[in-house]
Amino acid sequence: MKIGIVRYNAGNTQSVIYALNRLGIEPLVTDVPEELNACDKIIFPGVGEASTAMQYLKERKLDELLRNLQQPILGICLGLQLMCKHSEENNADCLGIFPLLVKRFPDGDKVPQIGWNSIYNLKSQLFDGIPEQSYIYLVHSFYCEYSEQYGIASTQYQLQYSSALKHRNFYAVQFHAEKSGEVGSMILKNFIEKATWK
Amino acid sequence: MLTKRIIPCLDVKDGKTVKGVNFENLRDAGDPVELGALYASQGADELVFLDISATLEKRKTMVELVRKVASRINIPFTVGGGISTVEDVSALLDAGADKISINSSAVKNPSLIDALALQFGSQCVVVAIDTRQHEGKHKVHTHGGTRPTDIDTMAWAKEIESRGAGEILLTSMDHDGTKAGFANELTAAISSKAGIPVIASGGAGTMEHFIDVFSTGKADAALAASIFHFREIGIPELKSFLQKASIEVRI
Repeated sequence: MKIGIVRYNAGNTQSVIYALNRLGIEPLVTDVPEELNACDKIIFPGVGEASTAMQYLKERKLDELLRNLQQPILGICLGLQLMCKHSEENNADCLGIFPLLVKRFPDGDKVPQIGWNSIYNLKSQLFDGIPEQSYIYLVHSFYCEYSEQYGIASTQYQLQYSSALKHRNFYAVQFHAEKSGEVGSMILKNFIEKATWK
Repeated sequence: MLTKRIIPCLDVKDGKTVKGVNFENLRDAGDPVELGALYASQGADELVFLDISATLEKRKTMVELVRKVASRINIPFTVGGGISTVEDVSALLDAGADKISINSSAVKNPSLIDALALQFGSQCVVVAIDTRQHEGKHKVHTHGGTRPTDIDTMAWAKEIESRGAGEILLTSMDHDGTKAGFANELTAAISSKAGIPVIASGGAGTMEHFIDVFSTGKADAALAASIFHFREIGIPELKSFLQKASIEVRI
């Protein structure tokens, strides 16, 4: 199976590569649309800022490619946010795969949220074998609004939000699965082994 | 709920861990990768690798070490020690470090914080503050806590946040090595005013000290070295102790 990682101007791909290596996978990291499209499954990671990331994707026509993928794709952290409709981070219009809004955490508690929090209301094969209230590692200032329809996991930080999403072949997690210990490895493995095509 | 983090710190010199580490079950306790992996398996929430190599030449080996750590360990880790340029940081992040920590170089050149936050994002910029009381006032110290400055610790904490630091690693030199508990009062004063997480360091001696630093000290995370290295406190027992005290931890 060929796994592709979307290369763009948002860092942290190295950690995802290592996490896949630990599962015995050697991914292809590329920003060439044809090369990505030839992959069986795609991971869309990212740590960075939404509007500059969107600009990079548009310049390389990766935005269209990502929207029209038939094979499973997993967005991670910024990847999840870019798959939503709009982000409050510099007022960025995003890919719109999920018709959801990305908002900034209120200033009550510390922002960004950094550390281990739990996921619950787990709903997809992505979480096969993962107990409710498992801990995952998060670093983020913006969150996707809670969605009954698309949410496949929820997390509580000042408010309840959707920390994982699914729509057909599109999967996304707000947490860093690649840095979330054994739970994270299992989620990546589930995506590789169980995520389905459109 | 967001949990309180327990962070073992590994001092690394010329690519090897120091501080008389004593672990029977490790093939090589001097190997930072082996020791880090052990802590990760025991439930450490993050790791900090602090390079205390004396020379620039030896420090270059840190990038290679980061690569090995990142390929083996599946929890976040921070690298600190001798980092003074955007290029240093770029090399460490590219190798797989999640965060970097700067200290003396930030005091010398505060705009380094702005530059790093802009280029790599605040989430990976930890600014370490070594503080010690001087005539009753908390003052920032540099060069491993050996050189006093005239900078007020509270004011510096505020400034580094406004410049884009993502976390504060606060080490009280008055408490470091005493095993008499963390600097709870100072930690609370900084953490309650800060909009970013504060990692408390220096003084851990007992499991109760961790309760104190999370409750009284309002710390978001606690860092310790020798009590873990010498197995005076195990991470699993510490975490279940904290859980029984109603402090939210990842178990």
